[in-house]
Amino acid sequence: MAINYYQPLYEVMRDKDRCIKCRACERQCANEVHSYDEECDVMISDSRQCVDCQRCVSICPTNALKIANNPNTFRQNSNWSQQIMTEVYKQAETGGVLLSAMGNPKEYPVYWDKILLNASQVTNPPIDPLREPMETKVFLGKKPKNVRFNKDGTINTDLPPTLELSTPIMFSAMSYGSISKNAHESLARAATELGIYYNTGEGGLHKDFYKYGPNTIVQVASGRFGVFRDYLEAGAAVEIKMGQGAKPGIGGHLPGAKILEDISKTRMIPMGTDAISPAPHHDIYSIEDLRQLVFSLKEATCYKKPVIVKIAAVHNVAAIASGIARSGADIIAIDGYRGGTGAAPTRIRDNVGIPIELALASVDQRLRDEGIRNEVSIVVAGSVRSSADVVKAIALGADAVYIGTAALLALGCHLCRSCQTGRCNWGIATQRPDLVKRLNPDIGYKRLVNLIHAWDHEIKEMMGGMGINSVEALRGNRLMLRGVGLTEKELEVLGIQHAGQ
Amino acid sequence: MVINAEDIGYYDLNKEIVGSDDAEIKVENVLGQRYIGCGTSAKTITVEGVPGNALGAYLDGSTIIVHGNAQDAIGDTMNDGEIIVHGNCGDTTGYAMRSGKIFVKGNAGYRVGIHMKEYKELYPKIIIGGKVGDFLGEYQAGGIIVVLGIGYEGSVPVGSFCGTGMHGGYIFIRSDQPPSGLPVQVCCETATDEDKKIIKKYVEEFCDCFGYSAKDLLSSRFYMLTPNTASPYRQLYTEN
Repeated sequence: MAINYYQPLYEVMRDKDRCIKCRACERQCANEVHSYDEECDVMISDSRQCVDCQRCVSICPTNALKIANNPNTFRQNSNWSQQIMTEVYKQAETGGVLLSAMGNPKEYPVYWDKILLNASQVTNPPIDPLREPMETKVFLGKKPKNVRFNKDGTINTDLPPTLELSTPIMFSAMSYGSISKNAHESLARAATELGIYYNTGEGGLHKDFYKYGPNTIVQVASGRFGVFRDYLEAGAAVEIKMGQGAKPGIGGHLPGAKILEDISKTRMIPMGTDAISPAPHHDIYSIEDLRQLVFSLKEATCYKKPVIVKIAAVHNVAAIASGIARSGADIIAIDGYRGGTGAAPTRIRDNVGIPIELALASVDQRLRDEGIRNEVSIVVAGSVRSSADVVKAIALGADAVYIGTAALLALGCHLCRSCQTGRCNWGIATQRPDLVKRLNPDIGYKRLVNLIHAWDHEIKEMMGGMGINSVEALRGNRLMLRGVGLTEKELEVLGIQHAGQ
Repeated sequence: MVINAEDIGYYDLNKEIVGSDDAEIKVENVLGQRYIGCGTSAKTITVEGVPGNALGAYLDGSTIIVHGNAQDAIGDTMNDGEIIVHGNCGDTTGYAMRSGKIFVKGNAGYRVGIHMKEYKELYPKIIIGGKVGDFLGEYQAGGIIVVLGIGYEGSVPVGSFCGTGMHGGYIFIRSDQPPSGLPVQVCCETATDEDKKIIKKYVEEFCDCFGYSAKDLLSSRFYMLTPNTASPYRQLYTEN
């Protein structure tokens, strides 16, 4: 008899009085937790398989199911937590690198929650966004320093290419492969209806989605999967992926078993072959090399599309961002250490990188100090959870934000953090046709549209409260922010004062 | 048409090349201008001089002939077409190229054919006449790389770490000895006459370009490198 060194994390609790044995839970669970015992006429559950995705709970017609934390506990120890002990048991058993999904769940400080917004009282009037004009439109790209005139005295309107966003929110890079086709379609259609952008990630662009090109950012990563002329021409902007917040400094490896027919077409590699994305771009070892790739993409797209360079927020992010701004890139995307992923080594996800709030504040300050802030727009990602986070990010200096996890939540994700298994019961992080069809893109895109409309309105409410009527006037306006419970050093890095000051 | 590239920066030069309706374009006095022919299709561009980095990046069907040495990153992410260099070339030649061919008469730098891949009828070919630097065929996922080592007979014409991360395609090396220090994920065998048929047609084309005898070259000993399917890159992961 094998010994179970560690116990299931969750306990599936079924109210037998409520359960009508309809077996919906059994049909819905790709992890095969639920089954029906005909002999005893009873539903049984194998908690060991449960990932707490809440699909069965959500689908149960009689509300008979609950997933609770397993009350079984190892002896309490503040140093050796049950989770750390369990991880040691797993590695002793398999010899494997621990693999997790979604963003860093550890209890590091969330600076968004330690920053408060201002509002107008008496001396300056708040604005009511329902009755007065309020602008959330933003343009991403280079902003000329001066007005230039033609020889005949007219204004030279020959501007560098920009992205126009109806509201300062975009859907961040998630490749077809890491998420399903229906999830991609939902994002693409929502971006089109909203007048914002979604991002293909590094897995190429499915032929069915070329029609959403005007609202698509196409990504070029070290593996160059699916990158060719039509792909570059299809997008509204091209993003060079140097790094990702969830796993800075490492590459990717999509095993051949996951390269099915459709994904093979989109990535332009044979079915069943491994898709390896090297950790570095081996042609980029310096800012000068980066400049070469930026301009080769500009040449290939006739200078009509802005080029974004995406990096993970790491210790010397401000100096790196300064280099990127000088490389000719139009937009810098910075992904904080809480950024999501379909799969990352646990130790990397939980221990590498820095919070996006601190990275953003130091990058914005550095670019201002060097007089090159107008050379690039800044887009931040890595756990923007609400419209309040968006407003705080803009006041700290961002031009716009990328949301990934929040968008997936809108599509039904319950953050069970098991994407790497490919058995997503919500039809998002899976390629299994029976699971993918559970996500109806007609409904999915509307839920995304609802979310962004709601956030847009909340952004206007918060700006109105501060007496500000445009995102332009909020950007980098750190006087609108105050810290609570932060140290002098944290306040200094964030460039804000403490509440009460 | 003929373009004199003297004192013209790459932006204006490439604008002229891309904007031209002529199928055949000769560019003279080239001195380091980058991105020549970038992303073009259905043109034949002859370069006299030394082109800069990223020559023929994203190339989509054009032919580029260089009478001189080329620099780094030629044929980066090239989708189709031909790049023929009557001289040497630099690092990351044919980075992630998906189809078409790159023929270099002389030597090439580090990381030749890195992440080269194939897809359906798209099949990339790189032939280097002389020797190459380290990391030949790094992360190679498909296509063919041939190193002929002409003029370097008696030594191995490839640097260290050859085939690191290789998981598809073929590397052929004309040499009396195999490269040393190959990773366990790569098989290295003496190419049989049957194996040489894979490269025969391309070596003949190469020889037609540069005036060598394909028969003589192909009668020499070649080593053929392929991914070792018995020893793949292990998935080292444990669900957490």
